[in-house]
Amino acid sequence: MDDLSRFKQTYFDESAELMAVAEAGLLRLSPGDVDMDEVNAIFRAVHSIKGGAGAFGFSELVAFSHEFETVMDELRNGAIPVTTDLIDTLIRANDLLGQLLGYAGDETDPPPGLTDDTVAALRHALSANRNSPPQPVAESTAPPASATPDDEDDEAGIFGDALAAINAARADDDPSGTGSGSATADRVRWTIRFRPKNDLLLSGNEPAYMLRALRRLGEVNIHCHLDDLPALADLDAELLHLSWTITLTADASVGRDRIDDVFEFVADDCDLQISADAPLPAVVEPTAPAASAAAPPPARSEPAAVPAPPATQTTTPPATTAPAAAAQATTGKGDGAKTDGPTKPRGGNGGGDHGGLTTHTIRVDLDKIDRLVNMVGEMVITQAMIAEHLRDLPPGQFQELQEGLEQLAQHTRELRESVMSIRAQPVSSVFSRMPRLVRECAALTGKEVLLATSGENTEVDKTVVENLVDPLTHMIRNSIDHGLEGPEERERIGKPRAGTVHLSAQHRSGRIVIEVTDDGRGINRAKVLSKAIEKGLVQPGASLTDEEIDHLIFLPGFSTADQVSNLSGRGVGMDVVRRNISALGGRIGVYSTPGEGSRFVLSLPLTLAVLDGMVISVGEERFVLPLTNIVESLRPKPVDLHGLVNKCDVMMARGEYVRLVYLHRLFGIPKAVDDATRGLVVLVETEDGSRLGLVVDEVLGQQQVVIKSLESNFRRLDGVAAATILGDGRVALILDVAGLREMSRHTGDSDRARPAPTPALAGPSPSPRQRQTV
Amino acid sequence: MSMSSSMALATVGGSRSDALSLNGTEDQYVSFTVGTEEYGVNILAVREIRGWTPESRLPNLPDYVRGVINLRGIIIPIFDLRARFGGGKTEVTKRHVVVVIQVGERTRGILVDAISDILAIGPDAIKPPPDVDSGLIDAEYLSGLYTAENRMVTLLNVDKLFANEHGDHQDPADTRAIAGSAATS
Repeated sequence: MDDLSRFKQTYFDESAELMAVAEAGLLRLSPGDVDMDEVNAIFRAVHSIKGGAGAFGFSELVAFSHEFETVMDELRNGAIPVTTDLIDTLIRANDLLGQLLGYAGDETDPPPGLTDDTVAALRHALSANRNSPPQPVAESTAPPASATPDDEDDEAGIFGDALAAINAARADDDPSGTGSGSATADRVRWTIRFRPKNDLLLSGNEPAYMLRALRRLGEVNIHCHLDDLPALADLDAELLHLSWTITLTADASVGRDRIDDVFEFVADDCDLQISADAPLPAVVEPTAPAASAAAPPPARSEPAAVPAPPATQTTTPPATTAPAAAAQATTGKGDGAKTDGPTKPRGGNGGGDHGGLTTHTIRVDLDKIDRLVNMVGEMVITQAMIAEHLRDLPPGQFQELQEGLEQLAQHTRELRESVMSIRAQPVSSVFSRMPRLVRECAALTGKEVLLATSGENTEVDKTVVENLVDPLTHMIRNSIDHGLEGPEERERIGKPRAGTVHLSAQHRSGRIVIEVTDDGRGINRAKVLSKAIEKGLVQPGASLTDEEIDHLIFLPGFSTADQVSNLSGRGVGMDVVRRNISALGGRIGVYSTPGEGSRFVLSLPLTLAVLDGMVISVGEERFVLPLTNIVESLRPKPVDLHGLVNKCDVMMARGEYVRLVYLHRLFGIPKAVDDATRGLVVLVETEDGSRLGLVVDEVLGQQQVVIKSLESNFRRLDGVAAATILGDGRVALILDVAGLREMSRHTGDSDRARPAPTPALAGPSPSPRQRQTV
Repeated sequence: MSMSSSMALATVGGSRSDALSLNGTEDQYVSFTVGTEEYGVNILAVREIRGWTPESRLPNLPDYVRGVINLRGIIIPIFDLRARFGGGKTEVTKRHVVVVIQVGERTRGILVDAISDILAIGPDAIKPPPDVDSGLIDAEYLSGLYTAENRMVTLLNVDKLFANEHGDHQDPADTRAIAGSAATS
């Protein structure tokens, strides 16, 4: 339901645009000079509105836009000429379309007769100007209608339209319709008049199937009417020009509903009259629900609203409600009809305000937003540049400039956030794809799975959302395939039969954190470790912490599934997940308790455009460290530093030993401070909670930086997340802390140490096992 | 960005269109010198020519990857042509020139000593590179040789020249391998 209303909103938004297109097109139309592209555009716009209206069941809208569309269609076929009158009519029709959309949007019924004048005008335009004369009758709507009181229930609807009249006329002419024979005792004879709209075939329906289906219900006698068939030269092979009268003799057990079922899918695209012959007269009138577009509710509300001023062309003494409407429809320019409506009156007939269809959203080309984002980015850089120059000024002076600049910084930040929020989207667009995935996985694995989601409305940048689909798909598959036990096993160990996978999203300290939690068996550490040793990913005998073992599943080529299943087990899954996530500047961590389940935690930046960073210098180079990674920076005393088996340095910081990574050694930067006691140590923390001491020369200051891709013109580099442009126009690399940690593990932190193959090299203590209680 | 416009020596857009109208069969090449050698690249690949601006180094890459610069808000890598052909890293001065080249979606800069000429070269005038030991010169970087007033101009195939440094044809495993070898060398 919620979903549907969301789509509805989209439909209204789109319709508003389409109407604007149509109106602009209409205003450009001029007699004699017809731009076919323009006409086509209008036709398409109206057609789209009609299509959507059909999908949502806005029947008035469908009916009216169909009229509109018909005229546009004739126009583009060149069947009727463009006249000033016609353009006026069409513009009015367009306005009316807007009003109807407004009513549909408010979920109120339009006042009865609202569209009558315009419909009449449209039809008039159609019939008055047409050269080929398929229905000269159309012009004189009233008389045929009066002639056939027995056909009232069909098309009369709220439009009382001419088509109904035509139908009626046809019905009148058609002797087969006046059911002659009486039915035998237990057989009922039905007369079905099936008159499809001529675009029925375009929607993929095939009348022959329906006729065949009818034949299965009983004995049929089908009469096909060819009267509408145009001359061969005018024949459009894609349109249907036939109609049928079918006499069906069926068992009494074949109810009216069975027949209705046959036509169920074309109900909106045809004129259908079904009547039973003599024995069951009761069925005939009230149940014939006129498969036409007009919805029943407004039709019924009419008698009250319409004091029936069928002024001129008095038609029939209205036995039922519908003819009243029909009559009213034909009252020419009876403008008063509108104000008679039971619902709040909408602006004037020709009101150009699109009749209250209000939109609260605008659609903007993504390029425009990107330009805006870029511009804000440049502004952030410029602002940083000014700030840098200001630092060179003598302190104490230019107090006001200083203050002004701070204010500017504040505004820039707000501007940035507003711009970013334009691109923000709730993650629900990704989450909503997951239930289906879960169903499929559950079916494939024979497990019972419940998916719970929370925080769907958490917003994150569009690009992040788009890039979340693949990793999440992998992770959920993984959880179901590897994590959850089968229903029997779960019952045996006292868990509910159905396993639960919980998908949640939340904002935390400027990042979005997405968790995939399952209540399955957790990671089998012994198995993971032996598998890793078997695959040569870990050296035999290495002692790994639980956490380190858990993280082995992210290594390339790792898989514990004994059998390669359809879902996973090829050893590409989690490795790819991690790569995708880190390409987004995100991190993934896993927390697992044997027997109770696993939790995968994804942490991603809210935007891929800007980040808060600390500018540091190493040698002559400057780098940016994401602020979210930084715990603190400090200058260690010599007593805090220790060598660890001559391979790497560790530092005592706040009661914990932290491994030191010399950035200049890692990156091979000359002329840098090699002594941690003379430089600075920036304590950084990766998303999985492990800490690292990054040795740098200097910390230059905090700054918002615009993330620029290194990959678009070059390629990804280890330990580098992206690049940015600093205030002086120079490029600085944005460091990827987890990447640095990986690098330092593998290269042994310094040029002297030989690359070590095992992650276990880090030794017993350097990565403190912190389970963040997230 | 601030400094780039002032530093740009010339844009070749104007000469490009002139060149095309001159003769349909001839291609225009921008030639430049590195030491005593002269090289040429197809003018259609050249986006602009700009003066040297200090680069930001990239870690753990071969020395012919000078680093990256900011080209009006986008970040492009700069390759040192001299270093690429084994002549050692260029000692840059203000007079050195970066030829900004567009290959497909990617923009990159090539550091050279100086721009020398714009040559109109018909396809017949291009001689194939001599048969040299592929260990000595990788012939696929060269699209041919041209003689201009007794000078030999080596025409470069810019697509191939730095392709392996663009991640164009490699997966991340290779990337790691390259980075690793650079680190240990």
